[in-house]
Amino acid sequence: MNVSGIDWTYVSLWLAVALSGTYHGLSPAMGWPLAVSAALFDREPRAFARALSALATGHFTAMLIVLLPFASLAALVTWQREIRIAAAVIVMGFGAYRLLARRHPRALARILPSQIGLWSFAVAIAHGAGLMHVPIYLGLCGVDAVDAGHVAARNLMGTNLTLAVIVSCVHTVAMIATGGTLGWLVYRYLGLQFITRSWFNLDAVWSLTLILVGGLSLALSL
Amino acid sequence: MSLRPDPTFHASPQLAMDSPAETFSFTLLMSDDSKQPDALAVIDVTSGSPTYGQIVHKLSMPYKGDEFHHCGWNACSSALSPFSAHAFVERRYLVIPGLRSSRIYVIDTKPHPTKAKIHRVIEAEEILRKTGYSRTHTVHCGPEGIYIGALGGGAGGTDNSPGIFLMDCDTFDILGRWNEEPGPQRMQYDFWWNLPRDYMVASEWGLPPQFEDGLRLDDLLYNRYGHQLHFWELRKRRHLQTLDLGANHQMVLEVRPAHDPSKEFGFAGVVIDTNTLAGSVFTWWREGGKFYAEKTITIPAEPAPADRLPYILKRFGAVPPLLADIALSLDDRYLYVSCWGTGEVRQYDVSDPWQPVLVSQVWLGGIARHTLHPTGKRFPGGPQMLELSLDGKRIYWTNSFYSTWDNQFYPGGIPGVQVMAHVGKRGLEFANDFWVEMPEGYRAHQIRLNGGDCSTDSFCYPSM
Repeated sequence: MNVSGIDWTYVSLWLAVALSGTYHGLSPAMGWPLAVSAALFDREPRAFARALSALATGHFTAMLIVLLPFASLAALVTWQREIRIAAAVIVMGFGAYRLLARRHPRALARILPSQIGLWSFAVAIAHGAGLMHVPIYLGLCGVDAVDAGHVAARNLMGTNLTLAVIVSCVHTVAMIATGGTLGWLVYRYLGLQFITRSWFNLDAVWSLTLILVGGLSLALSL
Repeated sequence: MSLRPDPTFHASPQLAMDSPAETFSFTLLMSDDSKQPDALAVIDVTSGSPTYGQIVHKLSMPYKGDEFHHCGWNACSSALSPFSAHAFVERRYLVIPGLRSSRIYVIDTKPHPTKAKIHRVIEAEEILRKTGYSRTHTVHCGPEGIYIGALGGGAGGTDNSPGIFLMDCDTFDILGRWNEEPGPQRMQYDFWWNLPRDYMVASEWGLPPQFEDGLRLDDLLYNRYGHQLHFWELRKRRHLQTLDLGANHQMVLEVRPAHDPSKEFGFAGVVIDTNTLAGSVFTWWREGGKFYAEKTITIPAEPAPADRLPYILKRFGAVPPLLADIALSLDDRYLYVSCWGTGEVRQYDVSDPWQPVLVSQVWLGGIARHTLHPTGKRFPGGPQMLELSLDGKRIYWTNSFYSTWDNQFYPGGIPGVQVMAHVGKRGLEFANDFWVEMPEGYRAHQIRLNGGDCSTDSFCYPSM
């Protein structure tokens, strides 16, 4: 799909990473109200930034932990297609599970209010935020590995690791930029009534997105 | 599962105060002789409605002998916690535990309060099997689902320490004990919490043998009822601290933490001081990680001739206030106190929680006073369970304490009545157009208002 020098697959995959970050940023379930609440409790805007950075750390770590095993697997170029199919099936399966069993894991309710980073990590894992990026990430690895035959396996693995970090970074930055802006607007201008207004039940949409991403990735791998 | 959060959920107490006024009151009715099942009365409280102040629906339970006392919603504003994983539960089901039967009814109040019906019944055996508790009482919804306090341990009520257990807020399945370790708390009554600060405060009435057959005067005079406050770490479910209010401060009942979660204080009502027969309110607070409590309100007993007193009080020659319930306005500014013995409701300004100032008071019923309602009607018993509207402008109350205790203090019987007072600039003022008599043979206890009230919702954000 290389039209006039731009690789559109590459662009659209990166766009997906950033857009899903924006989506997570907007969703109150991913934590921006925590930053608002922290600033209100501590009566200082600096608490807002502290909470936001804890949210970012948790989310970033959750992404990376899910992507890293695939980063090392992806080095096995010969099995690339099989790995991509397996990953696609896992993501679709998780999406279907979330669609059928919409209960939230009760263990989340045991996390202390002071452990914002841990909470952010657990929520991202539980909702499959990291998992959804596996097919996208593998897609990006695939694009990069066009000339894989010429590159030594060790180099490729290093490249893949770096790529996992960059994907997690781009996604988290997009999320924190969006969530941070929204949270700040609520804290400074919109008021707390916006919290109920901003909360839409997107559980089903999110599960369907997982199935869709998995499905697309599967179709492309076959 | 709904698409948006329930419109009756509010992020802060201030937003709840600004929300629409209540339109229905759900009031618990107890059969006065266990010859008929207990019931739920749905009362129209919509100002200007043709059925204003009337019971528009009565839901009778299928079994007898439950002894309804307290109840609570399946979901409230706590669902908006920034940590919340279930913002989309609906405030729809009223969870009503039987204090005597340990049976729990889940009542569906949708599609309309006048069509309220039984959704599920959970039998005492199931609760006992899954939790080891009995004598179910206080209901609050929180981070882990619905928390239900039990006053009895084991089938006998004293086989083990009582405690709190969890119920799923969607399926209403009993999930098991909340406090995995019993901790040093040996008696239960009320509990509430500060969700973002992660602590629970729990109070003590007494063990089932101390209340089921009536007040035991010996136990009272030997200070054997509860006199402690317990603080628990909410998410870790761990006991943090015991505050002994002094053995003479018998029966610590309702606990009311400040609604604004950034404030770390609250109140607790004590029925009777065995040294003076006075009723009291303690202010408790947290400072540097430790909890403290101090008596901030004392309501003295009133001398009365023996011929005006029931048998149980004759030797004292006085009417104790029998401080029954306290209610805190959502702005944490006014505390209302009901005195079931002397027959009064007091309004205190608690802007400074350590220096409450009596602002106004109204008299109604009472053991010796028998104050009539402004309409000339006789109010049986005394003011008991209070419920304050979200905006803090209307306060409702009923008149029964607990069947066997009613018989001791008001041997003439306490037919159920619900009244209301407006809270204006000059304080409490009776609503002369609001007088609800419960059907024949019923007493009345806790009141819940649709859309929430001042003893239901837990807020997770400070008022801005």
